[in-house]
Amino acid sequence: MSAPTYDLGKLHGGLRLPGEKTASTARGIVVAPIPQQLVLPITQHVGNPAQPIVGIGERVLKGQLIAGADGPLSAPVHASSSGKVVAIEPWPVSRRHGEKAPCIIIDCDGQDQAIEPADAPAPYTALHPNDLLQKILQGGIVGLGGAVFPTAQKLMQATTTPLTHLLLNGVECEPYISCDDMLMREQAAEMLGGAQILMHALGLEQCYVVAESDKPEALENIAHAMAELDDPRIVLKQVPTIYPSGGEDQLVQLVTNLEVPSGGLPTDVGCVVQNVGTAAAIQRWIVSGEPLISRITTISGDGVAMPLNIEARIGTPIADVIGLAGGYTERASQMIIGGPMTGKSVTTDRVPVVKATNCILVLSEIVPLDDEKPCIRCGECAVVCPIQLLPQQLFWYACADNEKQLRAHGLTDCIECGCCDLVCPSHIPMTSDFRLAKARMRELADEKARAERARVRFESRNERVEVEQKRREEELAAQKESALAAGPAAIQDILARTGKKERQPTDRDQD
Amino acid sequence: MWSTVILAIVTITAIALVVGLLLAYAHRRLPANPDQLTNRVNALLPQTQCAQCGHPGCRPYAAAIVEQGAAINLCPPGGDETIGRLADLLGRDVLPLLSPGMTPGSVAIIEESLCIGCTHCRDACPVDAIVGAHQFMHTVIRQECTGCELCLPPCPVDCINMVTAA
Repeated sequence: MSAPTYDLGKLHGGLRLPGEKTASTARGIVVAPIPQQLVLPITQHVGNPAQPIVGIGERVLKGQLIAGADGPLSAPVHASSSGKVVAIEPWPVSRRHGEKAPCIIIDCDGQDQAIEPADAPAPYTALHPNDLLQKILQGGIVGLGGAVFPTAQKLMQATTTPLTHLLLNGVECEPYISCDDMLMREQAAEMLGGAQILMHALGLEQCYVVAESDKPEALENIAHAMAELDDPRIVLKQVPTIYPSGGEDQLVQLVTNLEVPSGGLPTDVGCVVQNVGTAAAIQRWIVSGEPLISRITTISGDGVAMPLNIEARIGTPIADVIGLAGGYTERASQMIIGGPMTGKSVTTDRVPVVKATNCILVLSEIVPLDDEKPCIRCGECAVVCPIQLLPQQLFWYACADNEKQLRAHGLTDCIECGCCDLVCPSHIPMTSDFRLAKARMRELADEKARAERARVRFESRNERVEVEQKRREEELAAQKESALAAGPAAIQDILARTGKKERQPTDRDQD
Repeated sequence: MWSTVILAIVTITAIALVVGLLLAYAHRRLPANPDQLTNRVNALLPQTQCAQCGHPGCRPYAAAIVEQGAAINLCPPGGDETIGRLADLLGRDVLPLLSPGMTPGSVAIIEESLCIGCTHCRDACPVDAIVGAHQFMHTVIRQECTGCELCLPPCPVDCINMVTAA
């Protein structure tokens, strides 16, 4: 069962992009040295920021928990090496929103002393799936394909629906990035071990390992590792090299020929997709007790002398690892974290390697494209859109801020792959417009929810005030009635009995 | 053959006529449900409950618009966007905002060291977003504060400030 199989579904659109990967795959993975200083952001994942649990001046060990998960949609952060916490402060990072994020900064002592695991590693097969999921949560493991969604949360959500397949995503469709390719070449056994753990945790009996046809070495190595493992549940699948076949929904469609419904998740069609790097990280955590404290990252582009893949500790400043790639060339002019299609450019190399950093791209000056011109309705964008949306139509609605139509035309399903931008003869940056429109839609929805809550609170308050008012009036009426019933004689009688005159108001009464 | 066709035409015309008359009568005689329209207008208002329109809250303002024909440009937190939507719904002309008021997106915050626990602000809050008891420190529930600024004037020690919501 170890030869790759090809029975595939069909993916709409997509593009064949130049791979640009051979430069960085020529050498093996180089392990980066421990840096002088580690910069560990507390927001390396989707969801709530982790809560720091160490103080400044505290000595921490490699693998020690330094920030705990806050709520179910969050992930803990561990120290990547031993050293002393010197600061917890905002530091430049690469992220979608804002330039800086709170980071825990550790001065490394170079001893790389690991923390003693709290409990002896038990074989995972002895653990109940739920306990296994809890354990995965504690490992700080997030999706390493770039989305950094907390893995445990994804798995827990998945267990609530009937499942059929686990898909290990080794489809690295963006140009330049080759970290998953190198991982599959060098750590295929670990990755398959992770797949077995995931299957146990999810109670699944079938796993597809999916890689693209342009990675023959990786395919061969996986096949080799699978032959050694001899697990009939795991099947290797080869898919054609088309961007963006590595997207979750696209991968499911390609491999199983099932379409993920609009607004849905792969679990809706019984599939769970995990990045190959995530699987390897899970294996390392569950079997060896090492949490997610390092990852493989590609350093590539024509701005570095010797593109390669490195295994760096999470938190290593990028400036420290550029040297491993031979340093910057004279042409280097911009740095992108992530791939050229979906990455984000940064302005300083002080930003650290984080869990999401799959690629550090240093490029020379890009020849500026022609200016944006009006849309000529050629329809090329609709041809390449992998979601089968109508980007030109969406573009109009985004310009007109027409939220209703944007929703009706499925903007929320856009994966921001950038294919439409690339083929547009008028050079319209549609993806960035869509990103803005999506943010605006989220904002509007938030506002609506807030207004609704305020309305409910206002109405219930009015109700309460009304009830109180009524009660007070009733009480007053009752008092009046009883006083009238008793008559003025009763008051005189009381005063006579107590031997007092009618009471004068005192200071206390005025209070 | 022809008689069947004519019969069909006559029948359908008759039905259309009867139903049409019925609908026309209903439209004339039955009053439109003002509550329903008020609800729709209310849904367009920002629910800040700031009373800057001169009505004690958004729902009363909505009722005033529908029942008394109040102007649609009295809502400062809603701004031009709300005016546009109201004009759309009610088929009225878009008017410029009458008086700019509060800055949207701000929330009240109580300087707790200065608070004397008088409960005046608590009673003024239209959405019960201030907690505190007599002679105890009060605080604003940030998530629920609409930024209406109604708690500012009653405070005897001026310990409430408006800050931009994070």
